[in-house]
Amino acid sequence: MTDTTTATKPDGGPAGPTRRPLSEKTPNAKRRETIDRAVSIALAAALAVAIIPLLLIVWQVLVKGFQAINLEFFTEVEPLSYRASGGGYVHGLIGTLYMVGLAALMSVPLGVITALYLVEYGKGRFAAAVRFFTDVMTGIPSIFVGLFVYALLVQPYFGFGTLMGGIALAILMLPIVVRSSEEILKLVPTELRENSYALGARHWQTVFKVVLPAALPGVATGCMLAVARAAGETAPIILTAFGARQITLALQDGTGQAALPMLIYRGASQPFPGGIERAWGGALLLIGLVLILTILARFIASKSRVTPGGIS
Amino acid sequence: MTVVDTPTSERDPVNPFKSTERGGKVDPIFRWVLRSSGVLVLAILALMVLRTTWAAWPVFASEGLDFFTGTLWSVGPSRSEVTGTYGAWPFIYGTLVSSALAIIIALPLAICTALYLTQLAPPRIARPGSYLVEMLASVPSIIFGLWGLLWFLPNVLRPVMNFLEDTLGQSFPPFSILFEGPVFGVSYFAAGVVLAIMILPIITAICREVFMLAPEGEKQAAYGLGATRWEVIRKVVLARSVPGVVGGTMLGLGRALGETVAVAMLIGASQRVGTSLLFPGDSMAAVIFNTFADGAPEAIWALFAIGVTLFFITMIVNILARLLVWRIGRITGDATV
Amino acid sequence: MTDDTATMADPMVTATKRPDDGTRSTEVVFDVEDLDVYYGSFRAVRNVDAHIFKNDITAFIGPSGCGKSTVLRCFNRMNDMVPTARVDGSIRYHGWDLYATGVDPVEVRRKVGMVFQKPNPFPKSIYDNVAFGPKAAGRVKGKSDTDELVEDALRRAALWDEVKDRLKVSGLGISGGQQQRLCIARAIAMHPEVLLMDEPCSALDPIATARIEDLMLELKKQFTIIIVTHNMQQAARVSDRTGFFTTEVNPDSDTRTGLLVELDDTETIFSNPSDERTEQYVTGRFG
Repeated sequence: MTDTTTATKPDGGPAGPTRRPLSEKTPNAKRRETIDRAVSIALAAALAVAIIPLLLIVWQVLVKGFQAINLEFFTEVEPLSYRASGGGYVHGLIGTLYMVGLAALMSVPLGVITALYLVEYGKGRFAAAVRFFTDVMTGIPSIFVGLFVYALLVQPYFGFGTLMGGIALAILMLPIVVRSSEEILKLVPTELRENSYALGARHWQTVFKVVLPAALPGVATGCMLAVARAAGETAPIILTAFGARQITLALQDGTGQAALPMLIYRGASQPFPGGIERAWGGALLLIGLVLILTILARFIASKSRVTPGGIS
Repeated sequence: MTVVDTPTSERDPVNPFKSTERGGKVDPIFRWVLRSSGVLVLAILALMVLRTTWAAWPVFASEGLDFFTGTLWSVGPSRSEVTGTYGAWPFIYGTLVSSALAIIIALPLAICTALYLTQLAPPRIARPGSYLVEMLASVPSIIFGLWGLLWFLPNVLRPVMNFLEDTLGQSFPPFSILFEGPVFGVSYFAAGVVLAIMILPIITAICREVFMLAPEGEKQAAYGLGATRWEVIRKVVLARSVPGVVGGTMLGLGRALGETVAVAMLIGASQRVGTSLLFPGDSMAAVIFNTFADGAPEAIWALFAIGVTLFFITMIVNILARLLVWRIGRITGDATV
Repeated sequence: MTDDTATMADPMVTATKRPDDGTRSTEVVFDVEDLDVYYGSFRAVRNVDAHIFKNDITAFIGPSGCGKSTVLRCFNRMNDMVPTARVDGSIRYHGWDLYATGVDPVEVRRKVGMVFQKPNPFPKSIYDNVAFGPKAAGRVKGKSDTDELVEDALRRAALWDEVKDRLKVSGLGISGGQQQRLCIARAIAMHPEVLLMDEPCSALDPIATARIEDLMLELKKQFTIIIVTHNMQQAARVSDRTGFFTTEVNPDSDTRTGLLVELDDTETIFSNPSDERTEQYVTGRFG
């Protein structure tokens, strides 16, 4: 430590460095300690400042949401007028689950297979490009995906509807599924693969019977986080599913499908207490849905055998 | 050299190592399927760029560079040609201003929070704290928009904005311009602050991962030499984390630039370039979101042009961020936050 | 060190002359000739010549890094998994070149089983672990067929009595020694002719090790076994023949290449080896 050497008196000379009691402090020790303490307090304060608004949001959604939610909220659709109170978001709940389900059906197989490609054959230049651009795809603005699906499918061919919304959400989920699956698949120990090959299994058998089953909980976690993300999307939905005021079970009827985030948006943008109340109820429903998915996903991940530490 | 007379492969008619079952033919198919899914993912991305650019082309062609610098957005009624005037600068400006404000507010807080969680906090705070940050990163943006518009704006932001107008707004340039009154409520400022709250967990989560990469051995060595915690943080942790933090910030910036619904609810939907942060404005994503439903065909081409512009801006930010983050190794959490 | 090759060749010739005294098979399973293994441009092992006799336990011993595991992995073409690995020379299995074109490495591995250092059951049930290979090869039809095969393999691996009531339990839920015997059962369920064992006891305690060694002596009645071990006593206890590997430093680069010094009856290797380096190693003066 530089401070100690400078503090040693030069006239200590041949006797060697002066012995000093352990309690003695270097000249600037006090200043350093004060800075250290100040910084610690400042950083802890930053945590508080960062977390307070976020907790406030969750708290208010809980309070106002519970005031708005009752059984009716899960069984009825919105009244035609935003002025009227009562009614519920069942059409939005159905629409969201429907579209998210379709999106998962499309994006999970493609995403997991792409992740397998990156893990199994991911050494060349093409694979590097796939890896890079899937990473980049996670940052595409969601409204742009909505525009794309609108231009490619909605406007020229199919009109608004459940399937269109599902496709838009699937594109948004795809890079998340690829990324998280790849990270997990990479963690499957090489020993398991070697054992499988040594038993005379072929590559595809090794992948489907050993690698994927071992990584399954982790892959499921990534997929559920992607689903949670998709369930909360508003912007692409408005360009592809547009909205509906009744329960829509059609896969693609050309007129539209409702979704929770969209109902919340429309309710909150009108200056009527009835619509606003329902929006808070919807927010609680949506946050509940997303948080349950997220917590469940983390729980599955914590039970997973394949972890960064290997397999247990 | 051998005493045992073993048959040579030429003499033995049956190769014992020839593939015996059909399984042998599956591997090439398997490889082909895997590879085509990679092709498909890239094809989707390429198709996205091409299809939207094509849809936007009439507007780009008619406006030229004026599209990016013009301030007049006047929609024409045509179904087949571009008759209106489309200058997207107010929206580009709104996106840049609200995102910049968000980063200015969120970044220092995120770095401090992440430092506290990784370097100082006792495990009983660090574990639930990190968990909480990750959970909050998954809260949908519509929730931020709803809360921002209905509670945060009237109860917190409006008094704050009034205060800023009374103090900084009455002072000297540039503050007297940036915080010029009157206070409308919905504004660049309101959108920026809510965006900051939104991207805070995202940047924090990435910074946390970056800081955790700081080598434990070096930290221990620094402590062993008598360094205080702050000195370790500054000289070991922060010094190594600059590229990661910059990359993480840009990922957060990418999210802020593309954020739609929360901004649409708070920025005010005004098509003027407001010099004051307290004035209402509009962003690229918000104007698409708000005017899409009742746009004439011509106006929708123009919205596509805005979408393509937004896409390229976010892509540039994202690619730069990825290149920075990749240098230090991929951050595992950034796909999901 | 070019003259080494010449001194090595002599013991090899004598070693392969096995008189037919009626007690041990004289059939050669593997005939290795002038085998070199490269990783990229680095030569990991050079000039290996060896004969592996049927129903023998052949042990490979030597200091770490001497290439004994690398050579072992050539016998079932596991080195194919390393993209840069390349093999020169030949390994003949009953006269068939393992590295000839038209040879499917998967088929090689179905005839030449392997057990690894660390017991590594799949995260599946004990039953599914054993049935894995035969199912992958499409050899079993129906449940009773599989049941029979699983029981037979577990019996032969001396594990049946311990696990017969919990075949559906995860393969990871049994003790380390049991896991290693499960891996042996899994390998012999393929009915291979040869079993390669790469330090199969190094992760086990002495009691579990003793059980595996007993099992090996039992298994050699049906299989030809090649074992890599870092434990000289183990080689002395179980093997019929022992090969001693060592390394030489390449003068131009600071790399080490492994070579087989000699391969002979275990008794000879431990009591009266032909090569000075072997003697130094087995008497503990080197390595």
